[in-house]
Amino acid sequence: MRASGTLKEYRVIGRKLPTPDEPETPLYRMKIFAPDQVVAKSRFWYFLRQLRKFKKTTGEIVSVEEIREQKPLKIKNFGIWLRYDSRSGTHNMYREYRDLNVSAAITQCYRDMGARHRARAHAIQIIRVEPVAASKTRRPLVQQMHDSKIKFPLTSRVQKRGGSLFKAKRPDTYFQ
Amino acid sequence: MPFKKFVEIGRIAVLQDGESAGKIAAIIDVIDQNRVLIDGPCSGVPRQAYRIKNIHLTPLTIKVPFSSRSKVVRAAWDAEKITQKWEESSWAKRMAMKTRRNTLNDFDRFRLQKAKTARNKILTKAANKNAKVLSKAGKL
Repeated sequence: MRASGTLKEYRVIGRKLPTPDEPETPLYRMKIFAPDQVVAKSRFWYFLRQLRKFKKTTGEIVSVEEIREQKPLKIKNFGIWLRYDSRSGTHNMYREYRDLNVSAAITQCYRDMGARHRARAHAIQIIRVEPVAASKTRRPLVQQMHDSKIKFPLTSRVQKRGGSLFKAKRPDTYFQ
Repeated sequence: MPFKKFVEIGRIAVLQDGESAGKIAAIIDVIDQNRVLIDGPCSGVPRQAYRIKNIHLTPLTIKVPFSSRSKVVRAAWDAEKITQKWEESSWAKRMAMKTRRNTLNDFDRFRLQKAKTARNKILTKAANKNAKVLSKAGKL
């Protein structure tokens, strides 16, 4: 998968095509994070092939729906359980991100995995995403924002270079 | 060099980028190191996530609890009379002056030229009169 732009959350439901021996086949539903519907359906088949004995040719997708965030203006702490292939093996991971919606948190996760572990999107499988209560978070980078009286200055403000190339005085980088 | 302006809940900031550039909003919560949740119910800024790099902090603050609803923010904003305080500040006046200067049309620029020459004429006349008096008194 190419995790381009911000991913969207899709709810994909599919089933094995009914046959004369099995006229009623069970439905399977998955929460897929993908850039668009086409990739969402493709990822659905990728996962389902690994879990059940049917594939795109022997099955059908019943519905693909984009799931919008219920409360897009509430800040949440997302816990993401994932599995990824590194150069020497495959590992499970738990990561935390603070964001407004699930798709943005997952997109952040993909970018972060690429940056920190050089893991490409096709090597990452998201197992589970859940908003986590602030008291149950495990990562200090997320926990440091859990302060009702949070306050910090903007140190080292790098402004766009303005004026001439040579100046008599070094620029001030603190934003007063 | 102690810091006087902080990113904190209730700090009023001027937005630099996007649709709401040039407007003021209050910081309602901090999402992470790079983003804050802002809201400007009285200045026409919808509640949204915003990059810290694109905000300029002002000396104004309001007292609100973190992640308050827009209604609470609006009440605190009106209680502190932020819109009025902002408009009276030299920062806002400078911003208004800059936009006014950028949007002058040719006739306005002609009028500005005429106004400037008229003012400068008065100034040079008064300066020359003063210089004459001082040179006569031997002080120049």
